[in-house]
Amino acid sequence: MFEKEKLKTIKTEKEKWDCGPVEKVCAKFPERKTTFTTISGEEVERLYTPLDMADFDYDTKLGFPGEYPFTRGVQPTMYRGRFWTMRQYAGFGTARETNERYRYLLEQGQTGLSVAFDLPTQSGYDSDHALSMGEVGKVGVAIDSVDDMRVLFDQIPLDKVTTSMTINAPATVLLAMYLALAEEQGVPYSKVGGTVQNDILKEIICRGQYIYPPLPSMRLTVDLIKYCYEQVPRWNTISISGYHIREAGSTAAQEMAFTIANGITYVQSCIDRGMEVDSFAPRLSFFYNAFTNVLEEVAKFRAGRRYWARVMKERFGAENPRSLMMRYHVQTGGVTLTAQQPLNNVVRVALQTLATAYGGAQSLHTNSYDEALCLPTEEAVTVALRTQQVVAEESGAADTIDPLAGSYYVEAMTDQIEAEIDDYIQKIDAMGGTLKAIDEGYVQKEIQDSAYRFQKEIESNERVYVGINRYTMKEPPPTNLLKVDPRQREIETEKLEKLRAERDPKSWKAALERLDEVSRTDENVMPAVIEAVKARATVGEICDVWRKIWGEYRPKEFV
Amino acid sequence: MTGKKRIKVIMAKPGLDGHDRGAKLLARVFAEAGMEVVYTGLRQTPEMIVEAALQEDADVVGLSSLSGVHNYFFPRVVELLKENGLEEVLVVGGGIIPDEDVPGLKDAGVAAIFGPGTKTEDIVTFIQEKFSSN
Amino acid sequence: MEDLAAEVLQGSVRAMARIITLVENQDPRAFEFLGSIYPHTGRAYVLGITGSPGTGKSTLTDKIISVLRRQGHTVGVVAVDPSSPFTGGALLGDRIRMQRAAGDPDVFIRSMATRGNLGGLARTTADVIKIMDGFGKDWVIVETVGVGQDEVEIAKTADTTVVVLAPGLGDTVQSMKAGVMEIADLYVINKADRSGADSLVTEVRVRVEQDSHIKEADWQAPVLKTVAVEDQGTEPLLEAIENHRSFLEKSGRLEKVRREKTRQETLSLLTEEISCNILEKILGDGQFDDLIDDIVAHRKDPYTSVKEIVGTIFPEEQ
Repeated sequence: MFEKEKLKTIKTEKEKWDCGPVEKVCAKFPERKTTFTTISGEEVERLYTPLDMADFDYDTKLGFPGEYPFTRGVQPTMYRGRFWTMRQYAGFGTARETNERYRYLLEQGQTGLSVAFDLPTQSGYDSDHALSMGEVGKVGVAIDSVDDMRVLFDQIPLDKVTTSMTINAPATVLLAMYLALAEEQGVPYSKVGGTVQNDILKEIICRGQYIYPPLPSMRLTVDLIKYCYEQVPRWNTISISGYHIREAGSTAAQEMAFTIANGITYVQSCIDRGMEVDSFAPRLSFFYNAFTNVLEEVAKFRAGRRYWARVMKERFGAENPRSLMMRYHVQTGGVTLTAQQPLNNVVRVALQTLATAYGGAQSLHTNSYDEALCLPTEEAVTVALRTQQVVAEESGAADTIDPLAGSYYVEAMTDQIEAEIDDYIQKIDAMGGTLKAIDEGYVQKEIQDSAYRFQKEIESNERVYVGINRYTMKEPPPTNLLKVDPRQREIETEKLEKLRAERDPKSWKAALERLDEVSRTDENVMPAVIEAVKARATVGEICDVWRKIWGEYRPKEFV
Repeated sequence: MTGKKRIKVIMAKPGLDGHDRGAKLLARVFAEAGMEVVYTGLRQTPEMIVEAALQEDADVVGLSSLSGVHNYFFPRVVELLKENGLEEVLVVGGGIIPDEDVPGLKDAGVAAIFGPGTKTEDIVTFIQEKFSSN
Repeated sequence: MEDLAAEVLQGSVRAMARIITLVENQDPRAFEFLGSIYPHTGRAYVLGITGSPGTGKSTLTDKIISVLRRQGHTVGVVAVDPSSPFTGGALLGDRIRMQRAAGDPDVFIRSMATRGNLGGLARTTADVIKIMDGFGKDWVIVETVGVGQDEVEIAKTADTTVVVLAPGLGDTVQSMKAGVMEIADLYVINKADRSGADSLVTEVRVRVEQDSHIKEADWQAPVLKTVAVEDQGTEPLLEAIENHRSFLEKSGRLEKVRREKTRQETLSLLTEEISCNILEKILGDGQFDDLIDDIVAHRKDPYTSVKEIVGTIFPEEQ
């Protein structure tokens, strides 16, 4: 990148500067801290220079957008073509209420839908199950059967929107419902587009919405991937998620490293099931967090993109360029929001949005400023969406591709994070892969240690968090918070009773028996799941079929 | 004899919510403050939590909820503790809990609610003071 | 205080939990209760499970509980985890792996921290076992982490001790402490689906055989394989435990061993009681500090001084 002679001069000059002006100023006015670190604990130097890019090779490190190793982005024109998809995760209460919110968001210019399900749905329980007590409709919409799905997408043509569903353990069931609904609307599977999260490993690591032991869970994951490859070509079959790993307390590098480690496991499982890497890899997508330290986040995204491309090419021999691309959705950091002085969160989210845009994401959900307090109100959701629009339309961040490339600091940080990712991948490989590393509690422990370190930094005031440990003030309690109707469970229970009375018991029973049969073989379960949801079997009933066969996962907990 | 009483804490996540960062963090903080902490993990019913408190002869039950189910779960735990003759067990809660719900939870017998951003040392101090005065 | 002992004998779980706390705290009131409970003990069979961290002991214990429950037995569990030597606190994580038993009134699980007092912990454990025994549990399982010398002492409170090993943890026969071989009545190689399991089995078997030649023991510890998470090998393990039990019973060993334990326990109680009383007398009046001053200044020697003190307390021995 730089001539040797030039570097030599810079080195001499920098030494002079360090010993001269810097030392002089520091003697009089010491720096704020002895060491500066990012929120993840990455050490940050006073100044970055060409010396930090001494053996920087443009071709191997960066290349061009849309070309290997994709450091600068996965499309040739990026946001000059079109902005990232602005996709707000929404869902609460009944399918009817959520449908209204969706139609409102579509009217406001949102371009994709994102479904949040309540915890019973995510855990494969019907609303009237004992464990659903208190949870129905709380953190998302309650979906028990295809009837609810029909209400959820009322007046929304499924060939005109793309839908992202945050669903993992029962992903096959919810996708089956969506496909059954498409069929009802007369939309062919080939025109249906969207994403299911379908990432069971991070549920086991840190999010807790698992049902079955890892191996049968992985089988469901791969069944879905395989089925979509054959029948629903526009569907993104998995969203390998670092988001929750970061929320659980990991560093930026750990978020990327553990997500890539999980990704490697999924790719290997598909290959083990006889799939060609280039057949399914183009539909893999990722999901990350964005915190407020803009440049660290940008470096994380760039490092991750580069590392994944190398993994796919060198480890798995993928040839299709689309197989090498790390395409990803971002959500701004939920845990970065404060309940104190909630309006400050608007600023945090704006910076996180900027980081996402500079980082080259394919889609983004911005959190609402009131989310540390409750489910977001409509006003807060609108501000969150407007934040994206301001960054996209006004900031100029979307007008040139990867504008931070070549920054001494950003390139050095990108290299630093990539090296950390590589370190973790090698460690996990040596342990025998992610499943073993999870079983040993290694991944969980690494994340918890980071969470603990961060908390200590906040409490010792080593790290300033505005409104938490500095610039605090007395505030009146917040008002105007959105509440879910506490009678939610009764409403859903009534609906379930009606469904069970109305449906044809014969075809319902036959469909569940067929599912049981198929699940005990190596056959793909998806067609049988689709038949079962059409016969109006519920999420809980379908998941129970598998509970009987495979049992339930009991995590080892590591504190 | 040199016997010494130690504060025994049950840390539990009631309901289906899987976000256990806070619960695990506190478990560790409590242990570092010299308490003996039994972490029960995810998906605990009020019955399971109270059974653990009973068998472990717990002094404190810590409940964490981020999914909005506190109004159902926290009072239910207090109620079951009473039914089992464990009314003196200190119940504290944390997570995402709107201020307006706090008075109701306190009326139901939850000793304190610690919202987001609470210093862990404040929680430790609260518990320790409760037991030093007794 | 209420008569917790009577309540325990009437089946109060709360009272059992309370007395255990008193025992843990070395509260003098515990002895009174233990005294009333003692006549009702001696019925439970005590199973010890010990092994290094990461061997899957808790999961294995969970499966053993399930089998015992299927057979209609009631079960008590003491799960011991280490206290932090720096803070005195402890994270007790075993319970979480035994949640299959949640909601079953016939299973009582108690987590216990070592409280940096391993020597005394064996006694505490023995007392906790008695409380569960007196309560009426058919089986009491004692699960301890690690196999250091002090854990060996705790394991001695069991009738049958199972030592759990797992491949890939650096658990080799070479690294096993000598004491472990002595306490193991059975070996379990858990996580047997992992590579290295078979060679670990062979290694342990060879060692057991060598030892049995040297010691001419009449019981040779069998080596079993389990995959606790998959519930593989639990039933055969229970059979092996039953085998050992009937061996102990038929050979008269159970009676002999329990008598020896009773002797040890009583002796240690006696020692503690005596030394407590004496030390109170000696240390109570400040003269002891004066004596130490003299010894430090070499005006007196500790050997003669100790004899003199004992002489004043037990004059007839002189």
